[in-house]
Amino acid sequence: MRRPSAALLALLLLLAGLGAGCGDGSEPLRVEIRIHYSHFEPVAFSVPHGVLVTLVLINEDPIDHEFLIGDEAFHERHRNGTEAQHGARPNEVSIAALTTVETTLVFDAPGTTVRYICHLPSHEAYGMVGTLTVT
Amino acid sequence: MRRLISIIIASVALVLTAAPALACGGLIGPNGAVNLLRTTTFAGYHDGVEHYVTAFQFAGGGGAFGSITPLPGIPTNVERGGDWTLQRLVIETTPQEQSAGFLLGARAASADSAEVLLETRIDALDITILRGGGDEVGVWAKENGFRLPPDAPEVLDFYAERSPIFMAASFDADAAAERGQAVGDGTPVHLTIPTDNPWVPLRILGLGKGAAETVEADVFLLTDDRPAMLPNPSDLLANSGLALDHSAAASAQLLADLRSDEGMEWIPDRAWLSKIRIDVTAATLRYDLAIDVSGAGTPSLQDAGFKPFGPLPAPPATTGIWILLLASVLALPVGGVLLLTAAARGGGARPLAGG
Repeated sequence: MRRPSAALLALLLLLAGLGAGCGDGSEPLRVEIRIHYSHFEPVAFSVPHGVLVTLVLINEDPIDHEFLIGDEAFHERHRNGTEAQHGARPNEVSIAALTTVETTLVFDAPGTTVRYICHLPSHEAYGMVGTLTVT
Repeated sequence: MRRLISIIIASVALVLTAAPALACGGLIGPNGAVNLLRTTTFAGYHDGVEHYVTAFQFAGGGGAFGSITPLPGIPTNVERGGDWTLQRLVIETTPQEQSAGFLLGARAASADSAEVLLETRIDALDITILRGGGDEVGVWAKENGFRLPPDAPEVLDFYAERSPIFMAASFDADAAAERGQAVGDGTPVHLTIPTDNPWVPLRILGLGKGAAETVEADVFLLTDDRPAMLPNPSDLLANSGLALDHSAAASAQLLADLRSDEGMEWIPDRAWLSKIRIDVTAATLRYDLAIDVSGAGTPSLQDAGFKPFGPLPAPPATTGIWILLLASVLALPVGGVLLLTAAARGGGARPLAGG
């Protein structure tokens, strides 16, 4: 079985709908990411490590998109993936046209950087790439 | 109301979702990704009516493909086009030895779906005329199995803000094969569109293409008089990627030949034929072709899609540059004569050093 990479482990996902598992149980940090004309806005941002972060993914386009966040090995797998829809894992989200989806994660490794990419055909090449830095 | 001329072009093939998903998120049809089906287009304008003829090529294989074409107005008629109009225009503007090898080319949160104005079937093509904004047309496309490329949202808005009328064509390759259509066979479609809108959509030709990919197309315009265009395809300094390959009064023989094709009775007794060749990267092709046949020589910035209506600044008027260049060329011999004159005069007057 394939071992998760260190960076992927550093990316502690999960916790959809949870109030447990995170330090003080405070409200998650909310970050809005707009998708407009097949580009993420913002294309780069930072979050503190060890806190719940709810990403609000707002697809303003009349076409479907994806939000997949992880290390380079993770993205390489998805470039050749076979899943038509995502949703079971909080770092792999499909966002239908003109809809908003929320996902909640925790990033545990300070000083790491991960990228979020839409792996629908041609979308990455078109510029649907962003960078998240964990502080 | 804006006035004038012809139209269009463009139909970009989009993969329909009937194809199996082969990668994350679905996508890619049996013939592989996004294909450009359109090859050659004819746009004629006479008596306030535009006649647009394009052909969809059967490229073989199976599955379903589609295209979306912006239109300048609502068609009053959509029918099968004549069989030889496009070929005849190519022959007219191409040296005979080269024309022999020519082949006819071939959850919605806020937006409702586009309004369907007209539906018809021509051979293996299902044609739908739509009215709606970019989001509405995108939603309609998704609901009807079109899988739009990532640049589609911006491109649809680019057109819908100026003319919210689109033609969607879905091509059933299986049905084409059952009809006995051979690879390379084209289905011509003729749209009759009352309009005073002179623009010819070009940007749509780059839909789904990578920035560095080349867009190649031919556009034939038949107008009552010689048109003025923006960008000007005869302007070598504009570097627009457009070239005016042919511009001349149409011959009586050509007009007679065109008139004899199906649905082409409207061809006038006198007309001007222009052929514009497009050869440019998709990244550069972010404008349309505005046309003015009023004689005023002022094609619309808005119809060309230049700022403030589109993403690009209008190309600089190069007439002034030509005048400067011409003046420079003329100035050279004149200046030379003046210098020679001055030298001749000064030769004896100049004091010698050290004397």
